[in-house]
This record gives sequence, structure tokens and C-alpha cells, in this order.
Amino acid sequence: MSSPTIKGQQASRPELVNRSIAIGYIGLMVVLPILAISTQAVGEGLSRLWQDLIQPEALFSLRLTFLMALIMVILNSITGTATAWVMVRYRFPGQSLINALIDLPFAIPTIVTGLMLVILYGPQSSIGTFLTAHGVEVIYAKPGIVLALLFVTFPFVVRAVQPVLMEMDRDMEEAAITLGAKRWRVFFRVVLPSILPAILTGAAQAFSRALGEFGSVVMVAGNIPMKTQVAPVFIYGEIESYNARGALGVSMVLLASSFVILLLLNIMQNWGRRHDV
Amino acid sequence: MMFEKAMTEGLRPKSLPSAAGQSLRMFKQDGVWGKRLLLGAVLIWFGFLVLLPVGEIVLDALSDGVIPFLTALHTPAARHAFWLTLWITIVSVLINTFFGLILALVLAQQKFRGKTFLNGLVDLPLAVSPVVAGFMFIVLFGQQGWLGRWFEQGGIQIVFAVPGMVLATIFVSLPFVVREVVPVLMECGLEQEEAARTLGASRWQTFWRITLPSIRWGLAYGVTLTTARSLGEFGAVLVVSGSIIGRTQTATLHIHQEFNDFHFQGAFSASLVLAAVSFLLLIIMELVKKHVGNGQTLVR
Amino acid sequence: MNGMGIIIKNISKRFPAGKDGQEEFLAVDHVSFEVPKGHLVALLGPSGSGKSTILRIVAGLEEPDSGDIFLQEEDVTFRPAHERGIGFVFQHYALFKHMTVWKNIAFGLEVRKSCPQELRGRVKKLLELVQLKGYEDRYPAQLSGGQRQRVALARALAPHPSVLLLDEPFGALDAKVRRNLSSWLRRLHDEVRITSVFVTHDQEEAFEIADEIVVINRGRVEQIGTPKDIYDHPRSKFVASFIGQVNVLECHADNGAIFFGPERLMIPGLKSPSAKGEVVLLIRPENVDVSFEAGNDRLPGDIKDIRYRGDRYEIDLEVEGLKINMKKDKVYGENLNLALGQRVFVRFRRCSVFESEEGHAAIRAKLQSLGYIE
Repeated sequence: MSSPTIKGQQASRPELVNRSIAIGYIGLMVVLPILAISTQAVGEGLSRLWQDLIQPEALFSLRLTFLMALIMVILNSITGTATAWVMVRYRFPGQSLINALIDLPFAIPTIVTGLMLVILYGPQSSIGTFLTAHGVEVIYAKPGIVLALLFVTFPFVVRAVQPVLMEMDRDMEEAAITLGAKRWRVFFRVVLPSILPAILTGAAQAFSRALGEFGSVVMVAGNIPMKTQVAPVFIYGEIESYNARGALGVSMVLLASSFVILLLLNIMQNWGRRHDV
Repeated sequence: MMFEKAMTEGLRPKSLPSAAGQSLRMFKQDGVWGKRLLLGAVLIWFGFLVLLPVGEIVLDALSDGVIPFLTALHTPAARHAFWLTLWITIVSVLINTFFGLILALVLAQQKFRGKTFLNGLVDLPLAVSPVVAGFMFIVLFGQQGWLGRWFEQGGIQIVFAVPGMVLATIFVSLPFVVREVVPVLMECGLEQEEAARTLGASRWQTFWRITLPSIRWGLAYGVTLTTARSLGEFGAVLVVSGSIIGRTQTATLHIHQEFNDFHFQGAFSASLVLAAVSFLLLIIMELVKKHVGNGQTLVR
Repeated sequence: MNGMGIIIKNISKRFPAGKDGQEEFLAVDHVSFEVPKGHLVALLGPSGSGKSTILRIVAGLEEPDSGDIFLQEEDVTFRPAHERGIGFVFQHYALFKHMTVWKNIAFGLEVRKSCPQELRGRVKKLLELVQLKGYEDRYPAQLSGGQRQRVALARALAPHPSVLLLDEPFGALDAKVRRNLSSWLRRLHDEVRITSVFVTHDQEEAFEIADEIVVINRGRVEQIGTPKDIYDHPRSKFVASFIGQVNVLECHADNGAIFFGPERLMIPGLKSPSAKGEVVLLIRPENVDVSFEAGNDRLPGDIKDIRYRGDRYEIDLEVEGLKINMKKDKVYGENLNLALGQRVFVRFRRCSVFESEEGHAAIRAKLQSLGYIE
């Protein structure tokens, strides 16, 4: 079924067959759908697209999505790095169990996540009533969105930083110590610069995921336009109300953002290797 | 000479001092409390963010007892939903494994113009919002869609029917097998396959007996991820299927429906089942991951 | 002497059993030694002997289970590493990859919050010292191995440490660079005069540049002395075998003279220990000379084998039925124009003498137990 390409020679027939299948599959499953929606979006002219976009609800949903994703990314970068640090540098009972559980958000369906958060923080729960009494709204409010995003993207930064920390030579840290640096300085001036590319990679992946997150957010935040309606929920709403046209603009923005982030991610990988000796 | 006393000490035979006999050193432990604080903070955050909600679901699903839990799962809607989920997941996994392997082989072993572009395209489904994914398939296969038109003529229903859901699920879970197998293939290199070929093995034999075994862990991990994703897909199938009870509802859509209808027991029960299956998949994931690498394969 | 730069007293360290089936073992076993101010001392030993652990304990990067460390006569045993005022050079340089050469060297000074002018002056001075002027803005990835190590040295010296510690500093470099750098290190040390300890497994390197050598094996000090001392008077089996082969001559003393077979041996400085008895002579291969002229201080012998080892010759001679091993450097070997089977006259430059009334066998046994001979 496969055959290694021998250097310098033309690809053999089976290889070409495989290549065609691969290209055909991607063409059909990935390129075609994207082309279809893009054509549909600009089919009636760019000005029409723009009109759809500047509807107050559409605009709001986009701004909210980006803002929530940004807040989440900052929080998760810090907690994710701290978690990776603790997993790699410390030893404590139950460590391998916790290590396995870190991937839990990746395995659980998003709707289940949403449901869990609603029961936990909803108006009927003990925590929910406690928080409401103190003026903090979680469900059907912005904090809930951030919470849901924090959950579903938690593993990204941790898993991006962990291997880098594990492979890191402790020499540099020891050198800094012998030169008189205390632990915080060692972390910020020696460790952090080395793991920054990994943190950014994880953060970019988390951000990208957060932009498009639907299942958990739709449960936790509901569908209140101009208040807690993120872009994916807005799109869903428009489709349900047979106004697919209106959803196209926002969809295109989300798609474009994803592409850009993917591109940035690639550039970041190379930037991260610039100092490798 | 100044070294004399040191010399004699070094040369006299010494019996090994017992560990117990050593007096404890009070070497200045700088920052032990700092470490404990950090560890505590991380564990508390993780517990609150991840463990607490999961624990809650278990409690609530079984809070009224096992009978109501089981009853809720036996409604026709629930049974159909789980059955549909199973079906779609199997199809998605099979198709993505088959094409994923081909893609992996092509990407890892061949060189051609546009390969990087192809590589990027494979990653794309991960970056697309599920709702937009579903939307794309509606546009493509809907009544006026490019492909929808033909299927319409042939009397085949894609959107608002199971085929559309299958397509959407395949789309969102597409990258996993490829992404996990490619690094393993690249690490293994071509030598073993070339050796097999020079020894007279046919291409099929080489693939079956050399390539496949060498990538089995990466493949297993990719398949597990694909399964988890297909099982749990919500947004894309919600949009594509129209969520028709008993006809186009998967388990996840069923949960959504139950919740909206205030049938909380139904929602919790189905959630618990899905969560349990996900948990099982997670365990498999972690077990397999050990054989693949140290977490590097999950994120690139 | 002007005081002790480093005093190590009775240091021990045990590493606990590891998760991967590694057993608990005693890495450092009651080690003590002193380094006088301004001296360059080598910790010499095979890999796994604990020498790096000892160095790291002095640096504060490892904790000893017992014992004391004094730097500049101050007790630093309980002081954390970043407060000890030491300079440390790692085998793999440990340069800060994301910082320029300048920033690397300046790091220790920045930590100390030196004033900018002072900092600039010091970094410049060090760049000149290590002969890397003009490389300030380069990154470690752009430097060769030897250059990186020089930056590491400059970085360690920048914050005026009282003591310099080097852990196999040239271990990661190829042989030629290694040799150049080690002699360069010696010259640097002479200029800067900082108390220094370096760890190495390379006996030649240690002998070439150290003031004193501490030989370590299995966590214990085997011997301490100048290179000459250790070479001429190895005090244990380990030291003797670690630093080279030896020729064993069974002789007898008579009337104050020493005879090997019928021949009387005339070796400069050789004194017969007693009027009569059996003695054993240990002669290093480097201390064997040959010439084509007979003489009363020479024994006749034949060349049995010649081996060329790149930078030196090893020659097997037969004298009175005994095989004698000779080592000479390339120049000497070429000048002599030796060939197999030639008759030559063998002379010894120096030897160690061991005697016993109980005869050769007893002496041999004793020497074997001490490890001087196999």
C-alpha cells in the first residue's frame, strides 16, 4: 500500500495513487466545504457581507468572543505554566493520576461540560445561590463563559509546556544560581525565556479553540443577544431562525481568525528554535 | 606537608556508615514553603476547575437512585440516540483511520510541491468552530448547495439526516489519526521499509508487516482521540441534523433536548454515560500515550 | 602560605535508591582536602568516582549528608549556592541561549546591581581576558565549542568570585581544542590568581596544568600531592594503575650496590637500603633510556617490539630475559632510529626501591597488595 520515495527518482505509481487519494480526500472533506461557504458569503458582494457584519448583534458577539477568549488565555497561560512546572519539577502522591486527569477536558463532550457547570453554579445549586447573594453571576453571565472556556482549553498550555520543561537542561538554572540569582530571578530570566515559545503555542491553540467553542458555552451562557451571546451561538441562532445569510459574515470572521492563528503558530515554532545550539 | 593528614585519612579502610547513624543535617531549605504554596495553589485550582464539575455530574445523575437513572436511559429517544452515536462514531473512526493512514504515509514519506499546504489543510478542522463546520455542510449539501442539488435530484437526503451528520463528524475528527501517525512515521524513518523491499517484500506485505507494527501506538492514540471526538461532537451535528427527536439526534443532542425540556434526570443520566465512556477513553489514551512519547504528540 | 582558599572537611554524601531500580550508593565517603589560596588544583578520577559531586557540594548545588565546607576560611556549609560567591563552569557551558555574549557575562553583575559604568568596564575587561573582544553581540548558537567555554569562564569570573570551580570544563571539546584550552586556562589562572578547582578524568590534563592533584576513586581520596609526587610515589594500587604502567626488576643488594643479574645498576640517586638482601625496583617506562654505546651504567638488551602511538613510541626490550617496557615521545624515537632486533644499551633514569629480608616473593606480594604492580 505504501512505498518509500527513493531520493531523486520519480514517484512510483502506487505512491501517486496514494497521493491522489490523499489530495482527493482533503479536497472533498476540507477544501470543498470551506470554498462553498466562502463563495456563498461573498456571493452577493462584499458590501453585503459587511452589512451583515456590522449588525449590532453580530458585532457584539464577535467582540464578546474575542474578549472572553483573551481573558481565558491569560489565565490559562499562567495556571497552565504553573501546573506544568509542578508536574515536572515536584514529586507528590497521586501525581500520575492527576497527570492523566489533566486531559479530561479533552475527552469530555462539550455539552456534558456545559451541563456540569450549569448544575454546579446554576441558580438551584448551593454554590450558585451563595455567589448570587454576593452579587456574582456565573451562569447566564460572562464569568460563566470564561469558566467554560477555562475548562475546555485547560490542557493546551500544560501539555505544550510540559515536554519542554522536561527536556530542559538544568545547567542554565544552576549557572544562574552560582552567579547569585535567587529563584524568582532564575525563573523569569532563564526559565521563562526558554519556555515562552511553548507557552505561546499552547495559548494560541487555546485561543483558537475558545473562539469556536459552542457546546459548553451555549449551556452555560444561554443565548441572550447583546449580553452573553458569543459568536458561535450567534451563528447557531441565525441558522435556527432561517437567517443563515446573517450568519455568514460572522462565520467568515471566525474562519479567517482560525487561519491566521494557524499561520502564526507555524511561524512561532520556527521562532522558538532560533536560539537552539 | 599540608596534605599529610588528609592523605592518611583517605587511605585508611573505612567501613560504610549506616544511613540510620547519620545525624540529620539542617541544611537551609530555602523556599520549601514557597514550593508547598505553589503546589497547593495548583492542586486547588485544578480540583475546582476540572474535578469538581465532574464529581457533581456523578452525584446528580445518581442522586435519586439507580432506578430512575436507568429508566431515563431506556426511553426510545435515549436508546435511539445512543445507537445513532455508536453508529456514527464507528463510521467516522473507520473512514478517518483508513484515509488518515494514507494521508500520513503520503505526508511523511513523499516529497512534492504543495505538501506543506496539504499539511496545513489537515490541521484546519481543529481550528474551525463546530457550528461553522456544520454550517459549511449545510451550505454544501443543502437544497441549493453545489452538491446538494444532485443529491436532491437523486432523492438522497444529506442535511437534516444521518449522512450529513456522519460527514460533519468525519470533518471535525479528521486530523487526529494523521497528526499522531506522521511524527511516528518520521521518527522511524524509511530504512526498515527499504530493507523489507530489498528482501523481496511486496508493498502490501511491507505495509502490513513492517510499517503498521511500527506505528501501532501512534495509530492507537490517534484512533482513541478520533473516537472521543466523534462521540462528543455537538455543535456541528446540531446544526446539520436539525436535531429531530428519534430521527437525527445523537447522544449529545439528546442531552441538549432533555435539558431544554426540563427532563433533568434524562439529561444527567445520558451525560453520566457519556462521561463514563469518555473517562474510559481517557484511561486508554493515557496508557497508549506512554508508548508514544511524553505528551508531545498531543500538541505540536 | 597565605591561607586556605577552600577547606573541605569530612564530606560524605549518599544518594538514595532511585525509582528505576538504581541502588542507594555512597557517592562521597569522608573526603577532606585543602586548597591553598591562589592554587589550581585538579580533582582527578574515573567517571563515577564522585569527583563532580564533591565539586557541586563545594558550590552548594548539592547538599552533603555530613561534613563542613570553608571558603576563604568562612564556614559556608549551610549557605545556599547563590550566596557563596563562587564561579562555576559547566561541562556543557550552560550559557544562556537567549542572551548575547555580553548579557551572559554581565548576568552576575546585574544580579548584584552593579552600577552601569562598573559593569561595562568589567565585561569589557573580561572579554579581552578571554580573547573574545568583538563577539559581544553574538549568541551562543553562533559560537564554537571553545568560544562558548571561554564565555562561560568570563561569565563565572565577572562577579569577582573568591573561588573558581570547573566541572570537566573541556570534556565536551575535541582533543586538540582541549589541549589548547587547558594550557590557556593555566596561563589565565597565572594571570588572575584565583583559587581554582577543576574536575577531570584526563590524567594528562591534570598533570599538565595543576599545582596539586587530588586523586579520587569511589568517593574516597586516594592520594593528594603535586603531579610529580603522585607520579613518582603512587601510594595505592588504584593510583598506580590509574596513572600508568611500571617495570618490575628483582635485584639484590650487595655491599651497598644493587645488581640485576650479573650487572650492577647505576641509577642516579639510587641508594641501596642495606648491605645485603633482596630488593625490587619499580621503573616507569618514561624513565628508560637506550643508546648504541656501552657503558658501565648500562645493561645490554635487544629490541623486541616497536609500537607507534601517534605522539609517542612504546618499545619492548629484553634485558637479561626480562621484558622491559619503554615509552618515549615521537621526537626522541625518530632521532634514535631504532629497529627491531637491534642490540642497544639500556639505562634507567630513576626508580623506586623496595626491600625486604624475606626475599623477592614477599616484596612482590607486598607491592601487589599495595597495588603498585599487577
